[in-house]
Amino acid sequence: MDTLIAQLQRQFRDYTISLYHQGFLDDQFTELKKLQDECSPDFVAEVVTLFFEDCEKLISNMARALDQAGNVDFKLVGSSVHQLKGSSSSVGAKRVKGLCITLKECCDSQNYEGCVRCLQQVDIEYKTLKAKLQDLFNLEQQIVQAGGRIPQVDI
Amino acid sequence: MAEVLLPRKMEIANDPSKFGSPDPLHVLAVDDSHVDRKFIERLLRVSSCKVTVVDSATRALQYLGLGVEEKSVGFEDLKVNLIMTDYSMPGMTGYELLKKIKESSAFRQVPVVIMSSENILPRIDRCLEEGAEDFLLKPVKLSDVKRLRDSLMKVEDLSFTKSIQKRELETENAYPVHSQLKRAKI
Repeated sequence: MDTLIAQLQRQFRDYTISLYHQGFLDDQFTELKKLQDECSPDFVAEVVTLFFEDCEKLISNMARALDQAGNVDFKLVGSSVHQLKGSSSSVGAKRVKGLCITLKECCDSQNYEGCVRCLQQVDIEYKTLKAKLQDLFNLEQQIVQAGGRIPQVDI
Repeated sequence: MAEVLLPRKMEIANDPSKFGSPDPLHVLAVDDSHVDRKFIERLLRVSSCKVTVVDSATRALQYLGLGVEEKSVGFEDLKVNLIMTDYSMPGMTGYELLKKIKESSAFRQVPVVIMSSENILPRIDRCLEEGAEDFLLKPVKLSDVKRLRDSLMKVEDLSFTKSIQKRELETENAYPVHSQLKRAKI
């Protein structure tokens, strides 16, 4: 009979693995986890929080630029997506990063429709990741509150 | 009084590291991305470095006392062992920062490492030609940081070992009686 802790740990393991397998996260996220320890127990949560703040700010900047129909500052869009691509790469947000690459290409070729569509996808994607990571952090909290250890998950 | 002095002297002679370990490396990290600043800071702390992080090349120059308004008074004691800077930053780029540092008499010896998310060969060449110690592709790896730290520690170790040897010589000259006693004990 599985204890609560064992159940939660299994859920946590399965959920983590699914995030990698579905392409939400890549190796870089694993690297972030390695940097977390007793001295810096919230490191991953802190970094991803900064990332999601970046997403909000940069997506908003790009949306505003694209709103100026006929007078779009593609240079601004380009530099914003470059920054977003950088942060997503640094936290291991694989899908967001991939979409940023596509958005950059649309921007470089001044493909207005492409930019608008892509930006919408980036917006959806970062919000999806944010929700999923929140679920993951909640699972961690439940394990700790039940008195268990958060398992090391090898991908 | 001999007992009080002798053990310390023997420690110096037998095991320099027990006398006091060298100061941790002080790294100045420069990046306009908040995410990357947090990340590089953690990489460096995990590698036992002292870290100062700034968000622009201008602030980095101010910190070093090389800003437009600064005079170089008061920065002689500032010890920075390594500067790690992002390449693409608004305003002054990491490349321009590299040039300014290499132009300064106070800091031109400090190794400067450029970090970039883009693997552009001419960019890398230009930075190395301008005197960059290394060019790292982002996201930077812990192994990159440890490698840098280890190679810099070797340089620091060399000067630390020399200062220990110098201190040993000075102590010998200051307390010849006790060194005779030490020899007698052995």
